[in-house]
Amino acid sequence: MMHFLLLFSRQGRLRLQKWFTPTPEREKKKIIRDMTAMVLARKPKTCNFLHWMDLKVVYKRYASLFFCLAIDDQENELLALEILHRYVELLDKYFGNVCELDIIFNFEKAYFILDEFLIGGEVQETSKQTVARCIEASDMLQETMEEYMSKPAF
Amino acid sequence: MPAVSKGDGMRGLAVFISDIRNCKSKEAEIKRINKELANIRSKFKGDKALDGYSKKKYVCKLLFIFLLGHDIDFGHMEAVNLLSSNKYTEKQIGYLFISVLVNSNSELIRLINNAIKNDLSSRNPTFMCLALHCIANVGSREMAEAFAGEIPRILVAGDTMDSVKQSAALCLLRLYKASPDLVLMGEWTSRVVHLLNDQHMGVVTAAISLITCLSQKNPDEFKTCVSLAVSRLSRIVSSASTDLQDYTYYFVPAPWLSCKLLRLLQCYPPPEDGAVKGRLVECLETILNKAQEPPKSKKVQHSNAKNAILFEAISLIIHYDSEPNLLVRACNQLGQFLQHRETNLRYLALESMCTLASSEFSHEAVKTHIETVINALKTERDVSVRQRAADLLYAMCDRSNAKQIVAEMLSYLETADYSIREEMVLKVAILAEKYAVDYSWYVDTILNLIRIAGDYVSEEVWYRVIQIVINRDDVQGYAAKTVFEALQAPACHENMVKVGGYILGEFGNLIAGDPRSSPLVQFNLLHSKFHLCSVPTRALLLSAYIKFINLFPETKATIQEVLRSDSQIRNSDVELQQRAVEYLKLSSIASTDVLATVLEEMPPFPERESSILAKLKKKKGPGVVPVSELEDGKREGGELNGGGDRGPDSAMSASNASTPSPSADLLGLRSAAPVSAAAPSAGSLLVDVFSESGAGGPAAAVNDDGFLRDLEPPTETSDTLLVEAPGDSDSVPPSAASEDLAPPLPEADELLNKFVCKNNGVLFENQLLQIGIKSEYRQNLGRMYLFYGNKTSVQFASFSTTVSYPGELQSHILTPLPLNVQTKPVEPLVEGGAQVQQVLNIECITDFSEAPQLNIKFRYGGALQNITLKLPVTINKFFQPTEMAATDFFQRWKQLSQPQQEAQKIFKANHGMDTEVLKAKLLGLGTALLENVDPNPENYVCAGVVQTKSQQVGVLLRLEPNAQAQMYRLTLRSSKDTVSKRLCDLLAEQF
Repeated sequence: MMHFLLLFSRQGRLRLQKWFTPTPEREKKKIIRDMTAMVLARKPKTCNFLHWMDLKVVYKRYASLFFCLAIDDQENELLALEILHRYVELLDKYFGNVCELDIIFNFEKAYFILDEFLIGGEVQETSKQTVARCIEASDMLQETMEEYMSKPAF
Repeated sequence: MPAVSKGDGMRGLAVFISDIRNCKSKEAEIKRINKELANIRSKFKGDKALDGYSKKKYVCKLLFIFLLGHDIDFGHMEAVNLLSSNKYTEKQIGYLFISVLVNSNSELIRLINNAIKNDLSSRNPTFMCLALHCIANVGSREMAEAFAGEIPRILVAGDTMDSVKQSAALCLLRLYKASPDLVLMGEWTSRVVHLLNDQHMGVVTAAISLITCLSQKNPDEFKTCVSLAVSRLSRIVSSASTDLQDYTYYFVPAPWLSCKLLRLLQCYPPPEDGAVKGRLVECLETILNKAQEPPKSKKVQHSNAKNAILFEAISLIIHYDSEPNLLVRACNQLGQFLQHRETNLRYLALESMCTLASSEFSHEAVKTHIETVINALKTERDVSVRQRAADLLYAMCDRSNAKQIVAEMLSYLETADYSIREEMVLKVAILAEKYAVDYSWYVDTILNLIRIAGDYVSEEVWYRVIQIVINRDDVQGYAAKTVFEALQAPACHENMVKVGGYILGEFGNLIAGDPRSSPLVQFNLLHSKFHLCSVPTRALLLSAYIKFINLFPETKATIQEVLRSDSQIRNSDVELQQRAVEYLKLSSIASTDVLATVLEEMPPFPERESSILAKLKKKKGPGVVPVSELEDGKREGGELNGGGDRGPDSAMSASNASTPSPSADLLGLRSAAPVSAAAPSAGSLLVDVFSESGAGGPAAAVNDDGFLRDLEPPTETSDTLLVEAPGDSDSVPPSAASEDLAPPLPEADELLNKFVCKNNGVLFENQLLQIGIKSEYRQNLGRMYLFYGNKTSVQFASFSTTVSYPGELQSHILTPLPLNVQTKPVEPLVEGGAQVQQVLNIECITDFSEAPQLNIKFRYGGALQNITLKLPVTINKFFQPTEMAATDFFQRWKQLSQPQQEAQKIFKANHGMDTEVLKAKLLGLGTALLENVDPNPENYVCAGVVQTKSQQVGVLLRLEPNAQAQMYRLTLRSSKDTVSKRLCDLLAEQF
């Protein structure tokens, strides 16, 4: 299973954190520090896998963002790499040419999309269309643009 | 500010996020956040009820602040309120907040659970999914208690929507992992297993994670999943890349599901049903075949997904470990990946091959890739790949390639990354020991290790090399020479000084003949390092110095001067000062004999599991070194150190109470703790030593804490010296003097003869008692373990044993006894069926003919049993084999031509004349069996040196069998007539 997923920028700014196992806040902070330091220190063209404690860490850089996923020792690294890729594709499909700013300003959406894809550290749905349909459907339940613009800006 | 792409957005939130991003400093950011927190707090506390949208917006802002890394201690109640909103977006934000900021407040949890319960029963699939996601995200025990009964029902109900089923399956898995006792599958088992047949690929993908986890825990209940999984896998593997529509990922059909299926099968042994197994093997072959097909896309996603399945299939093949054909194919495939341009694949291939190396079917196939792996170790730019290469080299190492692999690892160590050096050092040390055929190679390797990576050489590693050198007399001279050379380097590592100090202190005499390494040169070399070393090393060097005084009396004055110098005798370190004071005193007042006894060479260490292996195991976790390999290492290690039949059984040494505890105190440098417990006995030895030389009181007081004991094998400190040390025999042992001992049994000589050519076995047995023996000898020292077994069900009372030397009471008190045997008394009660053990430490002072006697007395049901046996300690036990060429042999043979130097017997064969048996016996004798020396190939010639404390006696032996006459002629020549005669008598009984 997966243990956590972190998204952080090249400067080490955390953009998204998802914990699939209960982890105390203090430890979360330590892990985030360790992961960013470890991954950012890697040279380009090195392999995407690392051993860390008794877990495997699979990471990949997309533009300015690093996606970093910790998985159990027996899990398949290559497939974990494709989980990251599929998540990027889902974000891209939803936002259209997703960029770091989309994730910053719509972090809650990034979480909702992730929840449709992964639950409890396992893959729930691998079909891009199905996930996209779910998100579309929930968006239909939301306000229209006009409604949005009429909302107070504070 | 970027445009919000779609639908809802919270303008206030977007403004806030933009403000934060525009903050120029951390302080400004904190200021802005505090302002916002105050604002939100006042809104939440305000009289006016907030509308849903505002609540949602503020809760979302709190979430954002929390994710920036700030603590949030309010807002939970507002989030819970959102859960019961009818508006989807409000509910969604409420659930998100709860999921991220889990709170253990029980009142809140009750409210949350209520909201979840409502949503689960709403029959609105979107709401149900939200609720299930929340349960899976939180996964607390309270939630498991509330919903573990409900979720399986949702999962298997016929009318549940597919998306809800998927969420329910993974939600249940999460609860099962957190609280397995609360999730009872029982009645649902078979319906859950049948989800593997579900039409909807997404449902199968989600369900299989649950099934895999449950199968691992309850394999029997779920074993029907095997055939279902195989048929599902088979359908996927044989489908065209477009069949599965959106479940095809970059032209690879359902990679996630395929991998999960292969993983599920790894919970079980190969299918027993022939048809199922055939189908599975077919799938695996297809997967291997596909790897050879040209890629359908150049995208890395395509090859990753395809290879993910391939690696998972290889894992299954390795797991089964029963299909040699598939194993070899897997190995070849991985071999291709070893040279792939994708770093990821090279990494994974190296990792996967590690497990293949431990399979007997593929070990050889893995070995063929050695050059590639060595190349990877040398040229990979990525340290994690190099690390995997080092792991694989370690895994594929065996006797045939050990030298090459160790050499490569050593040369890699020179440039290895700091992060992996310690582990590399341990691995090199283990391989060098495990596969050492000649010990000079082993010593070279470890010394190289210290030279190259001294800082990373842990105590275990250098303790171990010393243990091995002490236990293997054939390498001692070489070790002394090599450390001497290594110490000449201008800068040498402190660990090298430790090893060097210890080995020269013990075996410096072996190289002292060469003027370039004369005693004084050795001493000066060691002492030149002294001032640069830490306290423990200096302490060790001081002990080496006092040993030098014993080995080389000519260094005494120089060393005493060093000890006497203020920097030693007034050293601010208590340990160093004490050693200096005591060694100085010891060297000036003890007689040569006493010095020689106290500072005697270390006896062999009892064999034990390599502590290095234990350390590596601890470091890496049990996964890395397979258990079988560990045991293997243990076994081989034992064999290696003991050397054939001389090797003490490890169980024996473990139960031997008088052996020192594991290698931590090998050198006794951590003197305080382990020593204080044994102080009384150590003290008493020293009292004896010093009272003899007339300085008992003060010396004993100084030595109170007994650290000298550490210098010496603990056995030297035995309380009772049943047979007195030479020159110390003015007090007759009371046990031997005051009680009458039965004469030896009539069969005692015959029993003794059984042990001339072997060291272990049963010495004596009658209806009551069995006595077993294990023994080992090194130079003029021996250690014998006696096992007294009570064969009855009744206790033996007043059990006592006495070792004596025949005629010792009559012997001249100034003439030392030829054998010095020390032991401790045994427990006086031996329970029925129990076994007690006694350890004898034996020192051969001079050559001897009579064997020592062992008397056993005990009461069995009131009757006194009194048995005297001869201990199988014969002169040949102190043989050291000597290899020599034919010319040397005959030259020496001629030199020993005086009549009294030769002993000869012609006798009839008592046993068969089988060549192999004869050879085994002659080897058991302890001499070297020389091949191609005697012109007549039927004859046997042997050479050896009998090691006694007073002198060494060279012995040559010739045995000429005459098969026709069934006769032997045995000739022995040695420089000492008594030795020739005794050996001739002993051996004539053996053939």
